[in-house]
Amino acid sequence: MTDLSTTSVVSLPAVGDYVALLKPRVMSLVVFTGFVGLYLAPGHLHPVLAMIAVLCIAVGAGAAGAINMWYDRDIDALMRRTETRPLPAGRMVPGDALGFGCVLAAASVLVMGLAVNWAAAALLALTIAFYVFVYTVWLKRRTPQNIVIGGAAGAFPPIVGWAAVTGDVGLPSLLLFALVFFWTPPHFWALSLYRCGDYARAGVPMLPVVAGARETKKQMLIYTLLLWPLALAPSLAGLAGPVYFGLAVALNALFTLAAIRVWLDAGERAARQMFAFSILYLFLLFVFLVIDRAPGLAEAGG
Amino acid sequence: MLSAMDDRQARQRARNRALLAVLLGLVALFYVMALVKMGVF
Repeated sequence: MTDLSTTSVVSLPAVGDYVALLKPRVMSLVVFTGFVGLYLAPGHLHPVLAMIAVLCIAVGAGAAGAINMWYDRDIDALMRRTETRPLPAGRMVPGDALGFGCVLAAASVLVMGLAVNWAAAALLALTIAFYVFVYTVWLKRRTPQNIVIGGAAGAFPPIVGWAAVTGDVGLPSLLLFALVFFWTPPHFWALSLYRCGDYARAGVPMLPVVAGARETKKQMLIYTLLLWPLALAPSLAGLAGPVYFGLAVALNALFTLAAIRVWLDAGERAARQMFAFSILYLFLLFVFLVIDRAPGLAEAGG
Repeated sequence: MLSAMDDRQARQRARNRALLAVLLGLVALFYVMALVKMGVF
């Protein structure tokens, strides 16, 4: 009797466990890219509605993360990186996580539609559905291309932000989409290089598990080189000016250097460093997009 | 056992407060949203 009571005491999830379900670190980058899409879009959106749009993107991304954790709770328990998450650690009942994710997903789409516009709401719904059904359910456990195709889910937020202002999908927003889309493989493969054992144990066919480290490093280098034209394109497309162009060249040079170091390094140190730098790379690239659109700098840059 | 019950009650209280905050936040959100849509500011 005492044991049963104690078990039920431990299994009551804390507020922090619900926050953890939202994958706050992933969410922060998604929210930022969504905000940049919104900021760069031509037209005007009331600041309050803009804040609501960003909030909806955040909640939608978090909801997708919660549903992902519910579906992946079996393999999360097998990986060191994820074994302490609320579900594999036994701090939460699976149904709670699923319900939490579904309610947030529905609420974020509904509020986006009511407050901003239904095009942005539909794109947000597509983003959540893509992450849950295409990436999590369909691709993740089936193909080493999981994060290549599934990466689209993380690339949608700039389009959602753009659509929140304009009501449609503009060509520049597709450029931002492509940038995040091609950034995702080297970012995730850097992580999977030094977490290869985790993925192998869980039976997730990440590229290093299926094709080996050498092939993964080659693919990372190819994607890093493909990022060059995409990262520089905003300047050529009139989305940003020469300030962005110069900084993007420097960032891409560093990112390529990181990929070359991974290629040459037999250990996992370079991969760890590249993973950390990849987050900074995307963050700074989008920061520079915002800076180069700031009135003062835009004028100074011509 | 007693401290475990205390812990459970503390967690329950924290969850209730978080839920209250979320509900109040939603009310405020819809209120501000309505004002903006009506062109009040």
